[in-house]
Amino acid sequence: MTDLQMREERFPDRSGLANGSAAAAILAAGFGCFILGVLALAADISKAFANLLIFYEPTGPLSGVTCSSISLWLLTWLILARRWNGKTVAIVKINALAFALLSFGLLLTFPPFMDSLQGK
Amino acid sequence: METTVRSFVTILHGLLFGGFFLMAVYGFGFEFCRTSFMKKPVILTDRGLRIERAYLILVVAVSWVVVISGAFIIYPWYRAVPPPGTTDLSLYPRRFLMSSPTTSGWHNLGMEWKEHVAWMAAISMTVVAYLLTKYRAVMKEHPQIRIAVLVFIATAFFSASIAGVFGVMLNKHAPIQGGTNIQLMKESK
Repeated sequence: MTDLQMREERFPDRSGLANGSAAAAILAAGFGCFILGVLALAADISKAFANLLIFYEPTGPLSGVTCSSISLWLLTWLILARRWNGKTVAIVKINALAFALLSFGLLLTFPPFMDSLQGK
Repeated sequence: METTVRSFVTILHGLLFGGFFLMAVYGFGFEFCRTSFMKKPVILTDRGLRIERAYLILVVAVSWVVVISGAFIIYPWYRAVPPPGTTDLSLYPRRFLMSSPTTSGWHNLGMEWKEHVAWMAAISMTVVAYLLTKYRAVMKEHPQIRIAVLVFIATAFFSASIAGVFGVMLNKHAPIQGGTNIQLMKESK
């Protein structure tokens, strides 16, 4: 098998570069933003949970919300990248899911929406 | 030109780093849209590609400096608890804002939103930089990746704008100040 044939087998799309790595980054980012919103809401709802998220006292629960979200984002990216690197995946569906997670995450950071979910 | 250490650090966070980031994201968005209408793809020299990559890394680094300095340096100053019996709340911005119904909204909406949404700007810009670095040459063959880049650039710009606007307004109504006085420039007599 020639080098070109091996390359085309590994990267079957026209551009010669699989979209798996991109899909992993996109979905992980959407998930990371979503988790940030969820943790922000959870800390707002529950004082006990908020106290658990005090990683750095001067910053308060925000320290745990942000550190946890970033950690989960990076971990998700690593896992997805290992699974999808070099592969071609259904990026249309992955984009749709990522954008939905991103949108909901953004919405969850908006205080009036957070309050409405809590019936305030 | 006298100021305080805390005020100066806040200016660096918001005006220098935050302002630079906002302009950079806008520039990326504009340039990325412009390339959609090019008849021929832009082909950079090797040096051009290295400069572009370095600039992308710089913008991402600045975004993380902004959010980390905001959350872990300036935010503690903002939310500091005054000692019992304190009547002058000017050094305790959060307490100062919450002390009146006419200003509490700046905290309840402004800071409560800004402190979380800004991180999405950093996450988004990191993804944009990764996608532009890895898929730049083949972006036309990957329309879905192109769409994702545009969505995340828009997210970064929106998030940073919210953080920036409310940051300015919060500092206007309850300035972060305190620490040692410093002279940025002495007046000539």
